Amino acid sequence: MTLSSSVLSGDRLALARLLTQVENDSAEGRAALAELFPHTGKAHLIGVTGAPGTGKSSLVNQLAMQFRKQEAHRVGIVAVDPSSPFTGGAVLGDRVRMRDLSGDPGVFIRSMATRGSLGGLAQATASMVQVFDAAGYDIVMIETVGAGQSEVDIAKLAHTTIVVEAPGLGDDIQAIKAGILEIADILVINKADRPGVENTEKALKSMLELAHPSQRVFKHHGMMMNVSTPRSKQSAKELWLPPIQRTISTEGSGIPELAEWVMKHLAHLRQSGDWAARDRARLEVELETLIREALVSRFRESVPQKLFDEIVERVLDRNLSPWEAVKMLIGPYPERAPAERRGGLR
Amino acid sequence: MAERKTGPEPGDALSASKGRRIRVLVAKPGLDGHDRGAKVVARALRDAGMEVIYTGLRQTPEMIAEAALQEDVDVVGLSVLSGAHMALIPRVMELLKVNGQSHVKIFIGGIIPDEDLSRLKEMGVTGIYGPGASTDDIIRDVKHAVEG
Repeated sequence: MTLSSSVLSGDRLALARLLTQVENDSAEGRAALAELFPHTGKAHLIGVTGAPGTGKSSLVNQLAMQFRKQEAHRVGIVAVDPSSPFTGGAVLGDRVRMRDLSGDPGVFIRSMATRGSLGGLAQATASMVQVFDAAGYDIVMIETVGAGQSEVDIAKLAHTTIVVEAPGLGDDIQAIKAGILEIADILVINKADRPGVENTEKALKSMLELAHPSQRVFKHHGMMMNVSTPRSKQSAKELWLPPIQRTISTEGSGIPELAEWVMKHLAHLRQSGDWAARDRARLEVELETLIREALVSRFRESVPQKLFDEIVERVLDRNLSPWEAVKMLIGPYPERAPAERRGGLR
Repeated sequence: MAERKTGPEPGDALSASKGRRIRVLVAKPGLDGHDRGAKVVARALRDAGMEVIYTGLRQTPEMIAEAALQEDVDVVGLSVLSGAHMALIPRVMELLKVNGQSHVKIFIGGIIPDEDLSRLKEMGVTGIYGPGASTDDIIRDVKHAVEG
Protein backbone atom coordinates (compact mmCIF):
# COMPACT_ATOMS: atom_id res chain seq x y z
CA MET A 1 0.00 0.00 0.00
CA THR A 2 1.45 3.35 -0.97
CA LEU A 3 1.61 6.29 1.40
CA SER A 4 -1.08 8.18 -0.49
CA SER A 5 -3.54 5.28 -0.50
CA SER A 6 -2.97 4.81 3.24
CA VAL A 7 -3.71 8.50 3.71
CA LEU A 8 -6.91 8.18 1.70
CA SER A 9 -7.98 5.23 3.83
CA GLY A 10 -7.67 7.36 6.95
CA ASP A 11 -4.37 6.13 8.39
CA ARG A 12 -3.24 8.90 10.74
CA LEU A 13 0.38 7.80 10.97
CA ALA A 14 0.59 7.71 7.17
CA LEU A 15 -0.89 11.22 7.10
CA ALA A 16 1.74 12.46 9.57
CA ARG A 17 4.54 10.85 7.56
CA LEU A 18 3.30 12.20 4.27
CA LEU A 19 3.10 15.70 5.77
CA THR A 20 6.78 15.35 6.66
CA GLN A 21 7.66 14.21 3.13
CA VAL A 22 5.72 17.10 1.64
CA GLU A 23 7.26 19.60 4.03
CA ASN A 24 10.72 18.36 3.04
CA ASP A 25 9.76 18.44 -0.65
CA SER A 26 11.01 14.89 -1.17
CA ALA A 27 10.49 12.93 -4.37
CA GLU A 28 8.15 10.58 -2.49
CA GLY A 29 6.14 13.56 -1.24
CA ARG A 30 5.80 14.99 -4.74
CA ALA A 31 4.68 11.68 -6.17
CA ALA A 32 2.07 11.28 -3.41
CA LEU A 33 0.84 14.84 -3.93
CA ALA A 34 0.29 14.10 -7.60
CA GLU A 35 -1.75 11.02 -6.70
CA LEU A 36 -3.77 12.91 -4.11
CA PHE A 37 -4.48 15.99 -6.21
CA PRO A 38 -7.71 14.65 -7.80
CA HIS A 39 -9.09 14.24 -4.28
CA THR A 40 -8.54 17.89 -3.34
CA GLY A 41 -10.71 20.95 -3.78
CA LYS A 42 -13.40 20.04 -1.27
CA ALA A 43 -12.13 21.52 1.99
CA HIS A 44 -13.04 24.96 3.24
CA LEU A 45 -9.71 26.64 3.95
CA ILE A 46 -9.86 29.13 6.79
CA GLY A 47 -6.88 31.38 7.43
CA VAL A 48 -6.28 32.96 10.82
CA THR A 49 -3.77 35.78 10.97
CA GLY A 50 -2.91 38.75 13.17
CA ALA A 51 -0.16 40.28 15.25
CA PRO A 52 1.78 38.16 17.77
CA GLY A 53 -0.11 37.78 21.02
CA THR A 54 -3.55 38.66 19.71
CA GLY A 55 -4.69 35.13 20.52
CA LYS A 56 -4.69 33.34 17.17
CA SER A 57 -3.93 29.89 18.58
CA SER A 58 -6.54 30.14 21.32
CA LEU A 59 -9.07 31.31 18.78
CA VAL A 60 -8.26 28.40 16.45
CA ASN A 61 -8.65 26.07 19.42
CA GLN A 62 -12.10 27.46 20.23
CA LEU A 63 -13.28 27.60 16.63
CA ALA A 64 -12.19 24.03 15.98
CA MET A 65 -14.14 22.87 19.05
CA GLN A 66 -17.15 24.79 17.77
CA PHE A 67 -16.92 23.20 14.30
CA ARG A 68 -16.63 19.77 15.90
CA LYS A 69 -19.84 20.40 17.82
CA GLN A 70 -21.67 21.44 14.65
CA GLU A 71 -22.32 18.75 12.08
CA ALA A 72 -19.22 16.81 13.10
CA HIS A 73 -16.83 18.49 10.71
CA ARG A 74 -13.37 16.95 10.53
CA VAL A 75 -10.85 19.68 11.22
CA GLY A 76 -7.22 19.83 10.12
CA ILE A 77 -5.02 22.55 11.58
CA VAL A 78 -1.71 23.79 10.19
CA ALA A 79 0.00 26.09 12.68
CA VAL A 80 3.00 28.03 11.40
CA ASP A 81 5.69 29.53 13.64
CA PRO A 82 8.94 31.22 12.61
CA SER A 83 12.30 29.52 12.07
CA SER A 84 15.43 31.16 13.41
CA PRO A 85 17.19 33.07 10.65
CA PHE A 86 20.52 32.12 12.23
CA THR A 87 20.30 28.42 13.04
CA GLY A 88 17.18 27.32 11.15
CA GLY A 89 15.82 25.92 14.40
CA ALA A 90 12.39 26.71 15.76
CA VAL A 91 10.22 26.40 18.81
CA LEU A 92 6.70 25.60 17.69
CA GLY A 93 4.40 26.50 20.56
CA ASP A 94 0.92 26.75 19.09
CA ARG A 95 -0.11 23.37 20.49
CA VAL A 96 0.15 24.79 24.01
CA ARG A 97 -3.07 26.74 23.36
CA MET A 98 -4.80 23.85 21.63
CA ARG A 99 -4.82 21.27 24.39
CA ASP A 100 -8.64 21.11 24.44
CA LEU A 101 -8.47 19.44 21.02
CA SER A 102 -6.23 16.64 22.22
CA GLY A 103 -7.86 13.24 22.20
CA ASP A 104 -10.40 14.17 19.54
CA PRO A 105 -9.86 11.80 16.59
CA GLY A 106 -11.65 14.26 14.27
CA VAL A 107 -8.94 16.89 14.74
CA PHE A 108 -5.38 16.71 13.44
CA ILE A 109 -2.92 19.45 14.37
CA ARG A 110 0.37 19.89 12.59
CA SER A 111 2.96 22.51 13.54
CA MET A 112 5.36 23.78 10.93
CA ALA A 113 8.27 26.20 10.85
CA THR A 114 8.58 28.89 8.18
CA ARG A 115 12.05 27.65 7.12
CA GLY A 116 13.06 31.03 5.74
CA SER A 117 9.80 32.00 4.08
CA LEU A 118 8.64 35.56 4.78
CA GLY A 119 4.98 35.96 3.86
CA GLY A 120 3.58 34.52 7.10
CA LEU A 121 3.43 30.96 5.79
CA ALA A 122 6.04 28.36 4.91
CA GLN A 123 6.73 27.37 1.33
CA ALA A 124 5.14 23.94 1.82
CA THR A 125 2.04 25.16 3.65
CA ALA A 126 -0.18 25.10 0.56
CA SER A 127 0.91 21.55 -0.28
CA MET A 128 0.34 20.37 3.28
CA VAL A 129 -3.14 21.86 3.20
CA GLN A 130 -3.79 19.85 0.03
CA VAL A 131 -2.86 16.67 1.86
CA PHE A 132 -5.39 17.44 4.62
CA ASP A 133 -7.99 18.23 1.95
CA ALA A 134 -7.42 14.91 0.19
CA ALA A 135 -7.45 13.04 3.50
CA GLY A 136 -11.05 14.13 4.01
CA TYR A 137 -10.68 17.03 6.43
CA ASP A 138 -13.53 19.25 5.29
CA ILE A 139 -12.29 22.23 7.28
CA VAL A 140 -8.62 23.13 7.26
CA MET A 141 -7.55 26.01 9.46
CA ILE A 142 -4.23 27.67 8.75
CA GLU A 143 -2.70 29.76 11.51
CA THR A 144 0.00 32.10 10.24
CA VAL A 145 3.02 33.31 12.16
CA GLY A 146 2.40 36.41 14.22
CA ALA A 147 1.99 38.79 11.33
CA GLY A 148 2.83 42.46 11.10
CA GLN A 149 1.49 44.63 8.33
CA SER A 150 2.29 42.91 5.11
CA GLU A 151 2.29 39.15 5.66
CA VAL A 152 -0.66 38.62 3.41
CA ASP A 153 0.15 35.29 1.72
CA ILE A 154 -2.65 33.68 3.68
CA ALA A 155 -5.26 35.52 1.61
CA LYS A 156 -3.96 33.79 -1.50
CA LEU A 157 -4.35 30.39 0.12
CA ALA A 158 -7.50 30.59 2.23
CA HIS A 159 -11.12 30.83 1.14
CA THR A 160 -11.97 32.74 4.30
CA THR A 161 -9.41 34.95 6.02
CA ILE A 162 -9.92 35.90 9.65
CA VAL A 163 -7.78 38.78 10.89
CA VAL A 164 -7.44 38.85 14.66
CA GLU A 165 -6.94 42.16 16.45
CA ALA A 166 -6.77 42.93 20.13
CA PRO A 167 -7.50 46.15 22.02
CA GLY A 168 -4.68 48.62 22.44
CA LEU A 169 -2.56 47.78 19.41
CA GLY A 170 -2.94 50.88 17.29
CA ASP A 171 -5.03 53.87 16.35
CA ASP A 172 -7.24 54.62 13.38
CA ILE A 173 -4.26 55.50 11.19
CA GLN A 174 -3.00 51.94 11.56
CA ALA A 175 -6.46 50.86 10.52
CA ILE A 176 -6.46 52.68 7.18
CA LYS A 177 -2.99 51.54 6.14
CA ALA A 178 -2.78 49.03 3.35
CA GLY A 179 -1.97 45.43 4.07
CA ILE A 180 -3.21 42.99 6.58
CA LEU A 181 -6.56 44.57 7.41
CA GLU A 182 -7.47 44.69 3.73
CA ILE A 183 -7.35 40.93 3.40
CA ALA A 184 -9.88 40.27 6.15
CA ASP A 185 -13.11 38.57 5.26
CA ILE A 186 -13.92 38.58 8.96
CA LEU A 187 -12.39 40.86 11.58
CA VAL A 188 -12.13 39.59 15.13
CA ILE A 189 -11.42 41.70 18.18
CA ASN A 190 -10.16 39.10 20.59
CA LYS A 191 -9.54 39.75 24.29
CA ALA A 192 -12.68 41.88 24.16
CA ASP A 193 -12.76 42.05 27.95
CA ARG A 194 -9.68 44.29 27.85
CA PRO A 195 -9.93 48.06 28.10
CA GLY A 196 -9.85 49.93 24.82
CA VAL A 197 -12.10 47.53 22.98
CA GLU A 198 -14.51 50.37 22.06
CA ASN A 199 -11.73 52.37 20.41
CA THR A 200 -10.47 49.36 18.48
CA GLU A 201 -13.94 48.62 17.21
CA LYS A 202 -14.49 52.26 16.25
CA ALA A 203 -11.20 52.36 14.32
CA LEU A 204 -11.99 49.16 12.46
CA LYS A 205 -15.50 50.31 11.71
CA SER A 206 -14.35 53.61 10.27
CA MET A 207 -11.77 51.71 8.22
CA LEU A 208 -14.55 49.58 6.75
CA GLU A 209 -16.75 52.59 6.12
CA LEU A 210 -13.98 54.33 4.19
CA ALA A 211 -13.55 51.32 1.98
CA HIS A 212 -15.36 50.80 -1.26
CA PRO A 213 -16.66 47.30 -1.29
CA SER A 214 -15.69 45.36 -4.35
CA GLN A 215 -15.04 41.80 -5.29
CA ARG A 216 -11.44 41.07 -4.42
CA VAL A 217 -9.38 38.30 -5.87
CA PHE A 218 -5.64 37.82 -5.75
CA LYS A 219 -4.06 37.72 -9.15
CA HIS A 220 -1.07 35.57 -9.86
CA HIS A 221 1.52 38.29 -9.78
CA GLY A 222 0.77 38.61 -6.12
CA MET A 223 -1.34 41.74 -6.37
CA MET A 224 -4.84 41.96 -5.15
CA MET A 225 -6.93 43.17 -8.03
CA ASN A 226 -10.43 44.48 -8.14
CA VAL A 227 -11.99 42.14 -10.58
CA SER A 228 -14.89 43.40 -12.57
CA THR A 229 -17.15 40.42 -12.70
CA PRO A 230 -18.79 39.37 -15.92
CA ARG A 231 -22.17 39.61 -14.22
CA SER A 232 -23.09 43.19 -15.00
CA LYS A 233 -25.58 43.93 -12.27
CA GLN A 234 -23.97 43.04 -9.00
CA SER A 235 -26.41 43.93 -6.28
CA ALA A 236 -25.22 45.21 -2.95
CA LYS A 237 -26.40 41.94 -1.45
CA GLU A 238 -23.73 40.01 -3.30
CA LEU A 239 -20.87 42.07 -1.96
CA TRP A 240 -19.37 40.82 1.24
CA LEU A 241 -18.80 43.41 3.93
CA PRO A 242 -16.35 42.11 6.54
CA PRO A 243 -18.14 41.83 9.87
CA ILE A 244 -16.45 42.71 13.15
CA GLN A 245 -16.87 40.07 15.84
CA ARG A 246 -15.78 40.47 19.44
CA THR A 247 -14.47 37.34 21.14
CA ILE A 248 -12.90 36.25 24.40
CA SER A 249 -11.10 33.02 23.52
CA THR A 250 -10.29 32.07 27.08
CA GLU A 251 -14.00 31.96 27.92
CA GLY A 252 -15.30 30.96 24.52
CA SER A 253 -17.57 33.98 24.25
CA GLY A 254 -18.33 35.22 20.75
CA ILE A 255 -17.14 31.92 19.27
CA PRO A 256 -20.53 30.52 18.14
CA GLU A 257 -21.22 33.86 16.44
CA LEU A 258 -17.80 33.79 14.77
CA ALA A 259 -18.39 30.25 13.52
CA GLU A 260 -21.68 31.46 12.10
CA TRP A 261 -19.92 34.29 10.24
CA VAL A 262 -17.49 31.75 8.79
CA MET A 263 -20.39 29.65 7.52
CA LYS A 264 -22.15 32.74 6.15
CA HIS A 265 -18.97 33.67 4.30
CA LEU A 266 -18.77 30.16 2.87
CA ALA A 267 -22.36 30.45 1.64
CA HIS A 268 -21.52 33.83 0.13
CA LEU A 269 -18.47 32.41 -1.66
CA ARG A 270 -20.52 29.63 -3.18
CA GLN A 271 -23.39 31.86 -4.16
CA SER A 272 -21.39 34.72 -5.65
CA GLY A 273 -18.96 32.59 -7.61
CA ASP A 274 -16.06 33.83 -5.49
CA TRP A 275 -15.25 30.26 -4.44
CA ALA A 276 -14.32 29.34 -8.00
CA ALA A 277 -12.54 32.65 -8.55
CA ARG A 278 -10.40 32.20 -5.44
CA ASP A 279 -9.72 28.59 -6.29
CA ARG A 280 -8.56 29.61 -9.71
CA ALA A 281 -6.38 32.43 -8.38
CA ARG A 282 -4.82 30.09 -5.84
CA LEU A 283 -3.99 27.42 -8.38
CA GLU A 284 -2.57 30.07 -10.71
CA VAL A 285 -0.26 31.26 -7.94
CA GLU A 286 0.78 27.70 -7.23
CA LEU A 287 1.39 26.92 -10.87
CA GLU A 288 3.46 30.04 -11.31
CA THR A 289 5.57 29.18 -8.27
CA LEU A 290 6.21 25.70 -9.63
CA ILE A 291 7.07 27.04 -13.07
CA ARG A 292 9.53 29.44 -11.50
CA GLU A 293 11.17 26.58 -9.57
CA ALA A 294 11.29 24.41 -12.67
CA LEU A 295 12.83 27.16 -14.76
CA VAL A 296 15.46 27.86 -12.14
CA SER A 297 16.41 24.20 -11.90
CA ARG A 298 16.54 23.95 -15.70
CA PHE A 299 18.79 26.97 -15.74
CA ARG A 300 21.06 25.34 -13.16
CA GLU A 301 21.33 22.23 -15.27
CA SER A 302 22.10 24.23 -18.38
CA VAL A 303 24.88 26.42 -17.02
CA PRO A 304 28.17 24.90 -15.86
CA GLN A 305 29.15 25.82 -12.33
CA LYS A 306 32.50 27.12 -13.57
CA LEU A 307 30.90 29.62 -15.92
CA PHE A 308 28.52 30.73 -13.18
CA ASP A 309 31.40 31.28 -10.75
CA GLU A 310 33.38 33.22 -13.35
CA ILE A 311 30.47 35.52 -13.99
CA VAL A 312 29.92 36.04 -10.27
CA GLU A 313 33.59 37.05 -10.03
CA ARG A 314 33.15 39.56 -12.83
CA VAL A 315 30.09 41.03 -11.14
CA LEU A 316 32.03 41.17 -7.88
CA ASP A 317 34.84 43.10 -9.63
CA ARG A 318 32.24 45.50 -11.05
CA ASN A 319 33.24 44.49 -14.58
CA LEU A 320 29.75 43.35 -15.30
CA SER A 321 26.40 44.53 -14.05
CA PRO A 322 23.97 41.94 -12.70
CA TRP A 323 21.63 42.66 -15.61
CA GLU A 324 24.34 41.98 -18.18
CA ALA A 325 25.26 38.85 -16.25
CA VAL A 326 21.72 37.59 -16.47
CA LYS A 327 21.73 38.21 -20.21
CA MET A 328 24.97 36.27 -20.58
CA LEU A 329 23.74 33.36 -18.49
CA ILE A 330 20.26 33.05 -19.89
CA GLY A 331 21.12 34.07 -23.46
CA PRO A 332 22.66 30.84 -24.82
CA TYR A 333 19.89 28.66 -23.43
CA PRO A 334 17.40 28.56 -26.35
CA GLU A 335 20.13 27.46 -28.78
CA ARG A 336 20.52 24.08 -27.05
CA ALA A 337 19.13 21.01 -28.71
CA PRO A 338 15.75 19.97 -27.29
CA ALA A 339 17.06 16.48 -26.50
CA GLU A 340 19.48 17.87 -23.95
CA ARG A 341 16.71 19.50 -21.99
CA ARG A 342 14.34 16.62 -21.72
CA GLY A 343 13.23 15.73 -18.25
CA GLY A 344 14.21 19.09 -16.88
CA LEU A 345 10.74 19.98 -15.69
CA ARG A 346 10.38 18.64 -12.20
CA MET B 1 25.50 18.71 -12.44
CA ALA B 2 27.45 20.86 -10.08
CA GLU B 3 26.03 21.40 -6.62
CA ARG B 4 25.21 24.95 -5.70
CA LYS B 5 24.52 25.81 -2.12
CA THR B 6 20.92 26.93 -1.70
CA GLY B 7 19.72 25.20 1.43
CA PRO B 8 20.47 25.90 5.06
CA GLU B 9 24.07 26.43 6.10
CA PRO B 10 26.14 23.39 6.96
CA GLY B 11 26.48 22.37 10.57
CA ASP B 12 22.83 22.68 11.44
CA ALA B 13 20.56 19.87 12.41
CA LEU B 14 19.58 18.46 9.07
CA SER B 15 19.62 14.77 9.72
CA ALA B 16 22.19 13.41 7.31
CA SER B 17 20.65 9.98 6.94
CA LYS B 18 17.14 11.13 6.13
CA GLY B 19 17.83 14.58 4.67
CA ARG B 20 15.33 16.20 7.00
CA ARG B 21 15.39 18.57 9.91
CA ILE B 22 15.32 16.86 13.32
CA ARG B 23 11.90 17.29 14.94
CA VAL B 24 11.62 17.01 18.71
CA LEU B 25 8.57 16.99 20.96
CA VAL B 26 9.26 18.44 24.41
CA ALA B 27 6.50 17.56 26.84
CA LYS B 28 5.72 17.66 30.53
CA PRO B 29 3.70 14.65 31.61
CA GLY B 30 2.01 14.58 34.98
CA LEU B 31 1.06 17.24 37.43
CA ASP B 32 4.15 19.17 38.42
CA GLY B 33 3.97 22.76 37.30
CA HIS B 34 7.59 23.66 36.78
CA ASP B 35 8.74 23.82 33.17
CA ARG B 36 11.85 25.96 33.35
CA GLY B 37 14.06 22.97 32.59
CA ALA B 38 11.92 21.86 29.67
CA LYS B 39 12.06 25.38 28.22
CA VAL B 40 15.84 25.60 28.62
CA VAL B 41 16.23 22.32 26.75
CA ALA B 42 13.71 23.37 24.07
CA ARG B 43 15.63 26.58 23.51
CA ALA B 44 18.99 24.78 23.37
CA LEU B 45 17.70 22.31 20.78
CA ARG B 46 16.26 25.20 18.78
CA ASP B 47 19.64 26.91 18.81
CA ALA B 48 21.15 23.67 17.56
CA GLY B 49 18.92 23.98 14.50
CA MET B 50 16.18 21.55 15.44
CA GLU B 51 12.44 22.10 15.20
CA VAL B 52 11.05 21.76 18.69
CA ILE B 53 7.35 21.32 19.34
CA TYR B 54 6.50 22.36 22.87
CA THR B 55 3.22 21.11 24.34
CA GLY B 56 3.00 22.89 27.68
CA LEU B 57 2.27 21.66 31.17
CA ARG B 58 0.19 18.83 32.58
CA GLN B 59 -0.01 16.48 29.66
CA THR B 60 -1.36 12.96 29.90
CA PRO B 61 0.64 10.17 28.22
CA GLU B 62 -2.21 9.92 25.71
CA MET B 63 -1.88 13.61 24.78
CA ILE B 64 1.87 13.25 24.38
CA ALA B 65 1.63 10.17 22.17
CA GLU B 66 -1.04 11.85 20.05
CA ALA B 67 1.12 14.95 19.58
CA ALA B 68 4.15 12.79 18.71
CA LEU B 69 2.10 11.03 16.05
CA GLN B 70 0.60 14.16 14.49
CA GLU B 71 3.93 15.94 14.44
CA ASP B 72 5.87 12.89 13.15
CA VAL B 73 8.76 13.62 15.48
CA ASP B 74 12.08 11.78 15.70
CA VAL B 75 12.57 12.39 19.40
CA VAL B 76 10.36 12.87 22.45
CA GLY B 77 11.84 14.66 25.46
CA LEU B 78 9.95 14.25 28.72
CA SER B 79 10.50 16.36 31.80
CA VAL B 80 9.23 14.92 35.10
CA LEU B 81 9.88 16.46 38.48
CA SER B 82 6.98 14.93 40.36
CA GLY B 83 8.42 11.50 41.03
CA ALA B 84 5.78 9.83 38.88
CA HIS B 85 8.23 8.93 36.12
CA MET B 86 7.99 5.16 36.64
CA ALA B 87 4.25 5.36 35.98
CA LEU B 88 4.24 7.97 33.20
CA ILE B 89 7.21 7.10 31.05
CA PRO B 90 6.45 3.40 30.42
CA ARG B 91 2.91 4.44 29.47
CA VAL B 92 4.14 7.00 26.92
CA MET B 93 6.49 4.42 25.42
CA GLU B 94 3.73 1.82 25.24
CA LEU B 95 1.41 4.23 23.45
CA LEU B 96 4.11 5.21 20.96
CA LYS B 97 4.55 1.53 20.17
CA VAL B 98 0.80 0.99 19.75
CA ASN B 99 0.73 3.94 17.33
CA GLY B 100 3.52 2.46 15.22
CA GLN B 101 6.17 4.88 16.42
CA SER B 102 8.57 2.57 18.21
CA HIS B 103 11.41 4.21 16.23
CA VAL B 104 10.96 7.44 18.22
CA LYS B 105 13.82 8.02 20.68
CA ILE B 106 12.96 8.93 24.28
CA PHE B 107 14.95 11.38 26.40
CA ILE B 108 14.14 12.17 30.01
CA GLY B 109 14.98 15.12 32.21
CA GLY B 110 14.12 15.98 35.78
CA ILE B 111 14.53 14.42 39.18
CA ILE B 112 15.17 10.74 38.56
CA PRO B 113 16.59 8.72 41.51
CA ASP B 114 19.67 6.61 40.74
CA GLU B 115 17.90 3.33 41.48
CA ASP B 116 15.48 3.93 38.60
CA LEU B 117 18.13 4.71 35.98
CA SER B 118 18.94 1.15 34.97
CA ARG B 119 15.30 0.14 34.73
CA LEU B 120 14.49 3.10 32.51
CA LYS B 121 17.47 2.31 30.29
CA GLU B 122 16.29 -1.29 30.02
CA MET B 123 12.91 -0.04 28.86
CA GLY B 124 14.67 1.68 26.00
CA VAL B 125 15.07 5.25 27.20
CA THR B 126 17.94 6.75 25.19
CA GLY B 127 19.16 9.43 27.59
CA ILE B 128 18.48 10.60 31.14
CA TYR B 129 19.55 14.04 32.38
CA GLY B 130 19.33 15.43 35.90
CA PRO B 131 20.02 18.85 37.36
CA GLY B 132 23.32 20.29 36.12
CA ALA B 133 23.36 18.32 32.88
CA SER B 134 24.96 20.17 30.00
CA THR B 135 22.78 21.14 27.05
CA ASP B 136 25.74 20.42 24.77
CA ASP B 137 25.61 16.79 25.90
CA ILE B 138 21.87 16.63 25.24
CA ILE B 139 22.27 18.12 21.76
CA ARG B 140 25.10 15.72 20.91
CA ASP B 141 23.14 12.69 22.18
CA VAL B 142 19.95 13.67 20.34
CA LYS B 143 21.84 14.13 17.07
CA HIS B 144 23.66 10.87 17.57
CA ALA B 145 20.46 8.96 18.37
CA VAL B 146 18.65 10.24 15.28
CA GLU B 147 21.50 10.10 12.81
CA GLY B 148 23.01 6.89 14.16
